[in-house]
Amino acid sequence: MTAFVDATQPGCPSGLAPPSTSLAGDLSAFVREKGGVKTLTLSVRGAKCGGCLSKIETKVGEISGVRGARMNLSNGKLVVNWVGATSADQIADCVSNLGYGVSAFSEDSSAKAAKSEERDLLISMAIAAFALANIMLLSVSVWGGHGEMGEQTRKALHGISGLIALPVLIFSGRHFFQSAFAALRHGHANMDVPISLALILAFGVSVWETVTGGAHAYFDASVMLLCFLLVGRFLDARLRRQTQAAAHELAALQNRSLNRLGRDGQVEAIRADQVQKGDRILLAAGERAVVDLKVTQGSSGIDESLVSGESLPRTISAGETLYAGSLNLDQPLTGEALGAVSDSLLSQIADMLEAGEQKRARYRQIADKAVALYVPFVHTTAALAFIAWLLMGASVHYAIIIAVSTLIITCPCALALAAPVAQVVASGHLFKRGIFLRSGDALERFAEIDHIVLDKTGTLTLGTPELISEHGAELNLAAQLARASRHPLSRAIVAAAGPGPIADQIKEHPGLGVEAQIGGESYRLGSADWVGIEDASVSSGPSLWFTGPDGASIPFRFEDQLQSDARETLSSLTQQGLTAEILSGDREDAVAKIANTLAIETWHAKVSPTGKAERLSDLNASGKNVLMVGDGLNDAGALAMAHASLAPGGAMDISQSASDAVYSGGLGAIRTVLNVSKKTKAIMLQNFGLAAAYNCIAVPIAVTGHVTPLVAAIAMSASSLIVTLNALRIKGGAAWT
Amino acid sequence: MDIIVYLIPVALGLGLLGLGAFLWSVKSDQYEDLDGAAHRILVDEDKPLSDQSDLPE
Repeated sequence: MTAFVDATQPGCPSGLAPPSTSLAGDLSAFVREKGGVKTLTLSVRGAKCGGCLSKIETKVGEISGVRGARMNLSNGKLVVNWVGATSADQIADCVSNLGYGVSAFSEDSSAKAAKSEERDLLISMAIAAFALANIMLLSVSVWGGHGEMGEQTRKALHGISGLIALPVLIFSGRHFFQSAFAALRHGHANMDVPISLALILAFGVSVWETVTGGAHAYFDASVMLLCFLLVGRFLDARLRRQTQAAAHELAALQNRSLNRLGRDGQVEAIRADQVQKGDRILLAAGERAVVDLKVTQGSSGIDESLVSGESLPRTISAGETLYAGSLNLDQPLTGEALGAVSDSLLSQIADMLEAGEQKRARYRQIADKAVALYVPFVHTTAALAFIAWLLMGASVHYAIIIAVSTLIITCPCALALAAPVAQVVASGHLFKRGIFLRSGDALERFAEIDHIVLDKTGTLTLGTPELISEHGAELNLAAQLARASRHPLSRAIVAAAGPGPIADQIKEHPGLGVEAQIGGESYRLGSADWVGIEDASVSSGPSLWFTGPDGASIPFRFEDQLQSDARETLSSLTQQGLTAEILSGDREDAVAKIANTLAIETWHAKVSPTGKAERLSDLNASGKNVLMVGDGLNDAGALAMAHASLAPGGAMDISQSASDAVYSGGLGAIRTVLNVSKKTKAIMLQNFGLAAAYNCIAVPIAVTGHVTPLVAAIAMSASSLIVTLNALRIKGGAAWT
Repeated sequence: MDIIVYLIPVALGLGLLGLGAFLWSVKSDQYEDLDGAAHRILVDEDKPLSDQSDLPE
């Protein structure tokens, strides 16, 4: 593998992920120390293959003092142990220089609980499977020797089966018993009540049969039921943990540290969650604010595109409020924290998020509906069968056997597997295409979408301006000034000019422009009035002016470019009968232009965050199932209100946590999500249909008393297998991607 | 048929052995990084087998 890995090449050598070098601040606040050994867990983005593994582990291992570096390719976690003076940032820089994105990772308690739950279920499942295999071995000989086997031998085999089954039912079955007991204590029934009842009754009847020397014992059936149910439970827990891990990973991106100014004037790096109200925070140029700040010192241009959707920077000075998510562009700022990180969201947005969460909690999944139908159906049938056989003169013992076999054979195995298997297959499929689902039930909501609302800046567009006017030699001159600035328009000039020299004696004037010397002569690059232009009507949209020593001024014009696949995606979505609209906080002309290009008729500009959420609730009220796609803080409320929502990978953390899925790459992801969801929903419905059809056949057989343990075993495994195989079809078919 | 007195415990014992091995692998975190494990066997460091100075003259 290393044979074709070029360590000088940045990023993943397989080309599966683009190189990135984003690095989040000072990481020393995330180091844990124990007995002189320091440990840091990093979340690495962009590592996709074995080449990345060896590249990262080898390079980090070469840093002085490093005892061990172990990378987990599945979740991108890199654990580094070291001793000595090496700093956390040196390690992070090393990974970053290899071309990977790095942020600090701190595991929270919910992730640990989810992990131990998944492990518990896996162990229970393995034990149930072991018991099933061994009991089946004995059962097959009982079935095979039917009529020839002596009663003593049969009794012994049944006895051994029972001895294997009892501890396993207690250990592996506790998941169901505990949940059923908890539900009954609160006076309602869940899926686990009929399951527990079937398990206990089947075991009890089998013990009775064994003791009295009967021909049929259902130990195998009860353990098989348990085993299949645990498979479904395990898949469900695994999916939940994966989606949770994806969400946590996103939150980890925001695990920034910031610089606090102590009373003695010392600067100290602290974790974002340690900030308290009133702390004095130093915000360096190029740093993104993590908390709301009241600026006390300095003046600088700030990029608020993630907060308000406004694509052009504005100037901020002492006394003004800087919201979390804003990017400081040119000068260092000092500010006072207005609250802890958790309070730093606009309170109205937090309220909207809560409203959205509540709305989603009320959503009823197909599986819930199926269970609500299933539970009373099975219990009524079993009870009726019991009474009917008694009335027809059968013994109580026989009637109980009939009732129990009905409970076993209408087994919820297929039902328990129908939804989780489909969801696991679909989320794995989406994951490979760069889409992280944040909840399993989101798939069902995505499948019901009929209207799409899109944010403009950063969602439909790239979110960074590009130079659109044509220039000759003056571009290279302007670039010498622009290279010293972080202003997005300056960056766009640099991107157009490519690498080159930097001018001398650069002075950056916040909100105005850059002044510098080239070859002893003075040049200026900045806004129209600053360079002395009165009539700036030449330009529509953002522009910069460049003046030389001769006083002549040249305009540079910029445009926020569309995502390359925006047009194609929207036209294909429209063809599928979906309607679309743009909801942006940006200026009217900028939005109108994009809407025109994409042939979207409905668009709203200069919409406030509350306005966005209101528009969403209007659409909801008119009976539309809306998909919201957006990235900014101003979209968070709308994302939470929508029937389903998507956020791009570069979005604010609050927007990512308000949405159902996060995508990387272009807008084509919208199409993928919708198509895969539709297919998943269809497969899930088919699965429930198959389970229902199976019950239609199985119930008459059970009620009429024709179920032997052999029939039960075949029927149960066949139905589970069919449902699982059907779910695997989601992966197939290139047309669906 | 007396043989089943031995065979059943032997079968159960072998099964338990497999179960024990599986539980051990779960508990020692071997299912935490399935992708990485698949790639790791292909990682092949291009390093000299031994330091040249250690070789006999």
